[in-house]
Amino acid sequence: MIYLTRKIEFAASHVYHNPALSPAENKRIFGKCNNPHGHGHNYTLEVTVAGEPDPVTGMVLDLKDLKEILEREIMQRMDHRHLNLEVPELQGQIPTCENIARVIWNLLDAKITQGKLHRVRLYENSDLFADCYRNGGGARV
Amino acid sequence: MKPETLHIELGRRYRFSASHRLHSAKLGDEENGRIYGKCNNPHGHGHNYTVEIRVSGGIDPATGMISNLADLDAFVHEQVIEPFDHRYLNEEVPAFQNAVPTTEILCMEIFERLKSFPHAKLEAVRVEETANNSFEYAGN
Repeated sequence: MIYLTRKIEFAASHVYHNPALSPAENKRIFGKCNNPHGHGHNYTLEVTVAGEPDPVTGMVLDLKDLKEILEREIMQRMDHRHLNLEVPELQGQIPTCENIARVIWNLLDAKITQGKLHRVRLYENSDLFADCYRNGGGARV
Repeated sequence: MKPETLHIELGRRYRFSASHRLHSAKLGDEENGRIYGKCNNPHGHGHNYTVEIRVSGGIDPATGMISNLADLDAFVHEQVIEPFDHRYLNEEVPAFQNAVPTTEILCMEIFERLKSFPHAKLEAVRVEETANNSFEYAGN
């Protein structure tokens, strides 16, 4: 099995606020991330696809195709956007790294038809990231 | 795809600086010198270590988080960063009084110290001794 990874970067803003909690609770749990006008990050997304190389092309999948999928599904949706306000898939969720990674997985999984989506890793900054795998999806590579 | 069909981990990176000396009490001086080379120099040497940990668990719908970062950071600081940072590992960390503080063993020691984190399951510890060498341990 080969695990192929492509990396993209996007910049977006977000705010952590749960309307079911009081302002004081929101502040206590989310701290600075609860500041009302939001704040932003440079996100780095690594998308790993698992598969066997095609005997003719030697490729698990054509990187051009993966690049186009990531452009269409992720960049156009999230780059230079406010994640709470402009990404419908995140409506009603706190846009943490964990939740954004899960949304990204769900956006990409059906679109990747050569090989199989294996891992989505989303970095909010170099010291914080979330990984998303299929449960029972084999090695945590 | 329903969320429960996915496995999600939170990753976090921390740093500490410490010195160590690779020297096995089970080997003679010449053997130690041959095996460990510069790392056997008698007064030790140091590294800037990076510790990357991954934890898993359900995402709390109220917070969107597997674990509150403040809780995780406080635990890692208390268990690892405080006792290791700016220390001589051989002398100041009890586990290394009888074990060679290679980064393999260090990685396992950090895993042992963090596996009781109460708010999420520790999946793996990866230690970068330098930008070029890293070691990962998942508890088995």
